[in-house]
Amino acid sequence: MKQLLTPDVTQQIKEVLKMMENPIQVILFTKPDCDTCQPTLQLLEEVSILNDKITFVERSLTDDKAEADAYGVSYAPTFVILDQNGNFKNFRFNGIPAGHEINSLITALIDSSSTKPFFDEKTLKRLEKVDKDINIKVFVTLSCPHCPGAVSNAFRLAMTNPNITADAFEAQTFNELSMKYNVSSVPKIIINDQYEFLGNQPIDAFLAEIEKVK
Amino acid sequence: MFEFNFDTQPKNTFDMNEVYDFLVIGGGPAGLNASLYAYRLGMKTGIVTYDIGGQLKNTNDVDNYIGLPNDSGSGLTQKFINHVEQFQIPILEDVYVTKVAKLDELFHVYLDNSHIVKAKTVLLATGSVPKKLGIPGEQMLNAKGISYCAICDAPFFKDKHVVVAGGGNSAVESALDLAKWAKKVTVIQRSNFRADKILLEQMYANDKIEYMIQTKIIEIHGNTQVEGLTILDNKTNQTSYFKADGLFVAIGMLPNTAYVNDLIELNVYNEVLVNHQQETSVKGLYAAGDMVDQPHKQIIIAAAEGAKAALNANQYLKYKGE
Repeated sequence: MKQLLTPDVTQQIKEVLKMMENPIQVILFTKPDCDTCQPTLQLLEEVSILNDKITFVERSLTDDKAEADAYGVSYAPTFVILDQNGNFKNFRFNGIPAGHEINSLITALIDSSSTKPFFDEKTLKRLEKVDKDINIKVFVTLSCPHCPGAVSNAFRLAMTNPNITADAFEAQTFNELSMKYNVSSVPKIIINDQYEFLGNQPIDAFLAEIEKVK
Repeated sequence: MFEFNFDTQPKNTFDMNEVYDFLVIGGGPAGLNASLYAYRLGMKTGIVTYDIGGQLKNTNDVDNYIGLPNDSGSGLTQKFINHVEQFQIPILEDVYVTKVAKLDELFHVYLDNSHIVKAKTVLLATGSVPKKLGIPGEQMLNAKGISYCAICDAPFFKDKHVVVAGGGNSAVESALDLAKWAKKVTVIQRSNFRADKILLEQMYANDKIEYMIQTKIIEIHGNTQVEGLTILDNKTNQTSYFKADGLFVAIGMLPNTAYVNDLIELNVYNEVLVNHQQETSVKGLYAAGDMVDQPHKQIIIAAAEGAKAALNANQYLKYKGE
């Protein structure tokens, strides 16, 4: 099978993954009759062998339903990450992390292995006060250079406060869902299916929308 | 298939308490090239920016940067970053500058995270944002079929009919990007085309792209999505309804100068007025790239202006005896 990652990109990713602190497990949920499941599986396999802190497993969305349910996974391909203690990091990437989204994948791997805070003290204090269940959806396209920034912000919020979950949706794989949410510009960020905004906005913009949830 | 643009070099930590010789605000071609020149001149250099790449990232194909043919906007950005990172120039990302002030011969650069960075000279290189049409329907249908980034949003218009508003290089490049996805693309320009001949030839040769010149879009219609436009034929002065599934606006840019508009002189378009040394109306404060009062918004010109600013800032400090 032809390698998806070129030798040049492989080398760059290998270099960047040296920033990883602790071991993590990446779990990819796949299903039959899914165009992007096979290339996503191959991509994650190629990336995971580049650093021995990454363990990669494939699961079936249907046969491993209990596990999928435990992480709130209802689509395929979807990957989630567990930290060294087996804790779910509270985010899901739905679709293939190719194109510009390779950056979302690599950031997610490094961030999940990290024990350092992602935000300054002021932001952390604001985040501590979020006590409602919050779900952040970020719709992206693979050709969007601004999208990985929005995905990383959403994932970091989810990793910081246990009341927050985040889902990135790659819009071409999940076309119907994109239509349901009336997505025609990306990155589009939707909080609890209620509040939405557009663009790679600063973390304050995410918090301002999250704080509107009653 | 992969647009990997991750930092691979170790960076020097950006020191908030340092007094920089040359502080660059902005991470596009102007700012990155300026930092490279300033570092090589031996100036204590830093960059503060929200993101790296600027408008360049919104461009699919770049074929007019000498020595680097057939590149992409992301690819060229990555080459710029790699070059700058060889020198480990400290970069502070994810911050916006809210104000610049000159106090006791030092510039105070106020950040949105409440910090202040001090510098002896400063380069403003914060570029610009897409200009809006300012017509009825635009605000209501924003992100509901109206887009300002063709490469980001083209996949949503697969097999649809979209309109591109504008007649410069960005508009024609957007039309060419969109034609890869859409069933039909109509470029509507209120005057005549201003784009490069090479791009216009590609547009004329593309069966999916049609165009209308001397035509103005005056209203956008739709409830939850763009459904059509009212257009005005400048020659006949007749209006008509034009059915379309989407509208991509590429009519020019607005300079990001709000944070310095009470400090320096701007022209009527809010672009920064600079002299031939890239110096603004305030000594020691320079500007380069798309935010500056010059008509040709090109990557290579922005980069060159950045270099000029760094060289002149160095001279300025030398004359001051610093």
